[in-house]
Amino acid sequence: MIQAVMVISTQAKPRLLKFYNFQPPEKHQDLVRSVFQLLSARPDSVSNFVKVDSIFGPGTKMVYKHLATLYFVFVFDSSENELAMLDLIQVFVETLDKCFKNVCELDIVFNFNKLHTILDEMILGGQVIETSSEQIMKSVEEIERLEKQSSTTSFIPKSITERFTR
Amino acid sequence: MASTPAAPAVAPSLVDTLFQRSLNDLIKSLRADASAAGEAAAVARALSEIHREIRAPDAATKSVALQKLTYLSSLHFAPVASHPLAFPAIELLASPHLPHKRLAYLAASLSLHPASLSLLPLATHQLHKDLSPSPSPSAGAAHQRHVSALALQLLASPAAAAAPDLPVHLAHDLVPHLARGSPRAIAAAARVIAASPSAAVPVLFKPLAACLASPDPRASTAAAAAFCDLSAPPADATPFLPLAPDLYNLLTTSRSNWALIKVLKVFARLAPLEPRLAARIVDPVCQLLTRSGAMSLTFECIRTVLTALPAHDAAVRLAIGKAKEFIAADDDPNLRYLGLLAVGMLGPAYASTVHDCQDAIAKSLGDADTNIRQEALHLIMGMVNENNVMDIAGMLIGHVAKSDPEFANDILGAVLAACGHNVYEMVVDFDWYVSLLADMARTLHCAQGDEIGRQLVDVGLRVQDTRPELVRSARTLLIDPALLGNHFLFPVLSAAAWVSGEYVDLTKDPVELVEALLQPRTGLLPISVRAVYIHAVFKVITWCFSVYVGRLGDSGMAMDVTFDRSAADQTVSLDSNVALGSGEEQGIGASTVRKDPFSHESILYMIDLIQTTVGPLINCNEVEVQDRAHNLIGFVHLVREIQELNKTKVADGDKPSRLEELVKTMRTVFCQELGPVSVNAQMKVALPDGLILNENLVELAGMVSEDDSTPSTSIFFYPCSRHSVDTRDEPAVSIGSSSLSEHRKRHGLFYLQTGKTEDEPNDYPQANDSLPSSSNNSVNDDKLKTAELVFGRKKSTATKSRPKVVKLDTEDFLSSMMPSANVPKEDPLSGALRDVLLGSDAKALSSQRTSDINLEGMLNKTSSNESSTPRIENLGSHPASHSSRTSKQQNHDKEKGANPAESDGKEQRKHRSSGRSGHRQGKHKHREKSSTQPDTVPQAPVIQDFLL
Repeated sequence: MIQAVMVISTQAKPRLLKFYNFQPPEKHQDLVRSVFQLLSARPDSVSNFVKVDSIFGPGTKMVYKHLATLYFVFVFDSSENELAMLDLIQVFVETLDKCFKNVCELDIVFNFNKLHTILDEMILGGQVIETSSEQIMKSVEEIERLEKQSSTTSFIPKSITERFTR
Repeated sequence: MASTPAAPAVAPSLVDTLFQRSLNDLIKSLRADASAAGEAAAVARALSEIHREIRAPDAATKSVALQKLTYLSSLHFAPVASHPLAFPAIELLASPHLPHKRLAYLAASLSLHPASLSLLPLATHQLHKDLSPSPSPSAGAAHQRHVSALALQLLASPAAAAAPDLPVHLAHDLVPHLARGSPRAIAAAARVIAASPSAAVPVLFKPLAACLASPDPRASTAAAAAFCDLSAPPADATPFLPLAPDLYNLLTTSRSNWALIKVLKVFARLAPLEPRLAARIVDPVCQLLTRSGAMSLTFECIRTVLTALPAHDAAVRLAIGKAKEFIAADDDPNLRYLGLLAVGMLGPAYASTVHDCQDAIAKSLGDADTNIRQEALHLIMGMVNENNVMDIAGMLIGHVAKSDPEFANDILGAVLAACGHNVYEMVVDFDWYVSLLADMARTLHCAQGDEIGRQLVDVGLRVQDTRPELVRSARTLLIDPALLGNHFLFPVLSAAAWVSGEYVDLTKDPVELVEALLQPRTGLLPISVRAVYIHAVFKVITWCFSVYVGRLGDSGMAMDVTFDRSAADQTVSLDSNVALGSGEEQGIGASTVRKDPFSHESILYMIDLIQTTVGPLINCNEVEVQDRAHNLIGFVHLVREIQELNKTKVADGDKPSRLEELVKTMRTVFCQELGPVSVNAQMKVALPDGLILNENLVELAGMVSEDDSTPSTSIFFYPCSRHSVDTRDEPAVSIGSSSLSEHRKRHGLFYLQTGKTEDEPNDYPQANDSLPSSSNNSVNDDKLKTAELVFGRKKSTATKSRPKVVKLDTEDFLSSMMPSANVPKEDPLSGALRDVLLGSDAKALSSQRTSDINLEGMLNKTSSNESSTPRIENLGSHPASHSSRTSKQQNHDKEKGANPAESDGKEQRKHRSSGRSGHRQGKHKHREKSSTQPDTVPQAPVIQDFLL
């Protein structure tokens, strides 16, 4: 299964963290730091796989892609195929690109919720549930449509309307 | 916009609500000050604001606060106690408003903590409602799908999956979703089953298995992935064997690479459990392997074949062919890496196949990618055997020069580990290996000095035949002044100096050796190594003297020898005249001295050189160096003095014999050959019943550190047995004159490290050792044969006959397999010992393994009573005994007159017994403490009878 998905900026700032195995929240920062140390030590144009047994436990590997100012990192165990994970990163990045029209780091910084929505359409509980970026796009747009419908009902918070009607 | 500072802290005001900061506002404020402190302040401010807002009665305010809190805890590691986050999240799960609901689910799945699981039962009902297919009339099917997706998301989140109650209550709600073949439900079901099998398997396993056969490819793919996950290694794959037909069907019909990869993984785990399976799947796998265009699937096929189908030759060959294509992919480091990884999965049976790609692998050693280099190194080390070790090691050492420091040392470490493995079982030509060790030490980035030094000494001890080459290699290391500046090499130089001193009789040019050992740059060495250097000089000069004296004796020349150029101004002290004089001598000496290292001039030259360079060190404030320098200078002076004394007072005829006696005695000190000692020697001593060692040793520590710990500091380079080698200031017993030496002849020599309390002067032989000391070949013939038999079997293919390598049975990893021929021979002794030590035959049973007992360790324990005193005295007064402490007493000796050797002996005895008395006191304490075991104490004298 996939153990974690991380997006980390080249400034070592986490932009997206999702763990599919429980990791104590107080450990998150250390995990990000040690992963970033590994990543920043690797030059471009080398292989994208790193064994991370010391960070995520025995048998775990990490695959990453360095795009512009971001590292996209997937951590997985022996039940996943290395090259398939690399493809999955590609799917994720493509989907982001389609959703945000030429995605850049700022899009990712300011769209915390949407990022999670996209990721959740692709991976659930560490299992890949969708690998087509078109399909993911469709689902995300559907969710946005549903939510808009739902939120047109009240623009003003209920507490305020209550106060004024009293 | 900022929240109003005047707002009351208790309840959120209208103003708060109206001017609540959104998540985007929060992110902007966090980005405004990028410094760590600024960010921390912004986080703290936001947290206090959120804590107020989150208590707001209306859902909108609460949900924004929750969203901000989720963001902060996820990406800014804000220390959010789980409770304040979990409760509002669970509250909002019930919101009819979809965005709020989604925020709540996100917050819950990201941040639910096992500590907050007590709250989860609150959510159970809501999850149940959201999962069950009873849509409220207003919401459409899409809405319903979305809501259940959110619920599944939470159900599969790590913290929720760990909650024992949830699966029990919600497993049934998953079934209809599974029946529809929803990938989401399948993934969630897999998580739920993994988290609590007992509750979930009865309900979910069948529907999940049905999904494997689903016509919907998304469902079957998800189901294959789910079973792949569930059968992953820590779990047992056996329960999944019944799924094989469905999986096989998927393997042959599915067009989804994702599904095929997962199916292959499951089959790789099932194949070892069911022998017939491999034959069934090998064809489809090979077809996939040849047809597939997807690298990920190809790689998975390779992995499956190499790990699970090793018996199918054709498939393995096909897979290796593909793996080679991967390795040859010049433009893609990922493929190269995975190719090497795949080749590494091959078992030893296919070592020859690996050899085919040796060139490609060797090329990968120079790859820019550390992963690839490491993997290549790993592979190459995997194919080393005794036939190719020379080629491979040579090739690797060639690579060291081209590699960056880190990888260079990885290579060196790997070569050292491989060649040193199991007492050098791979090495046939030790001359080659010794020179390789020297070459390794000289490589540019070498930081493996410790291991190289250890192996140099170890090979010297174990392989007699290679000592000439060892001494040659040590010479090249020692004479190179450049090496003295590299602190990584100090252990190597220390080993080289020790080897040169210990096997000095193999040296071609002792004069050069002395020069090398005393060269000015030795000042750069650390104390411990310097001490070894000086001691090596001591050994060299002793040997030169002995050869010189022997020669004089042979030729029957008039023994008018003197080592004083001008007896008139020669005093014991080192005055500047001598120093100057020797300076001149060096100039003159260099040419003549070379011709014959044992000529009068050479000896004189060496003595002068020693006095000049070592002389100042007797004032060195490091005890270790000072001690050795004293020894050496004292010895040199003694030799000179004898001449002086002889000239003036003693009849001419006595002169040579005096000198000869002295030199021979000194030579005796160093001529005993040393053998290796098992690291476990001490451990093999069975602890007699009731002897409480720990306590006593602790008590002794204070005593030991005062008196006896000094020598122990010098031995860094070979911790397991070298201790007594360099601290061997104590006299060795002259050969053939005592029962102890008889005993040694039979059993070889053993030197245990003098780690804690045992600072005994004598090197006790070990009771049961299979080590044939080289001087005792005749006695140990039978042992030798067994040893050679063992080696002979292993080395049948070696072209060059392998020298005998001394190997202790304790070092054999298969010690149980070793011939037990030695045991009966020792049995009477150890049997007796056992009886003695254990006091009563009642204990005999408990010590079946005492044939392994190490006598020395026992002695150390049992000699804790006074009866050990006579033994020590005996040894001390042995005519041949000599101590290198001689030097310290040399002034004494002069006053006392004619018999320096003997007075020496006395002096030294005094020394030792004083040292020992402290020791004995310590052991007194020990005995008092352990007086509860009368068994062990009275028997000690008996053991001594065995030994002496």
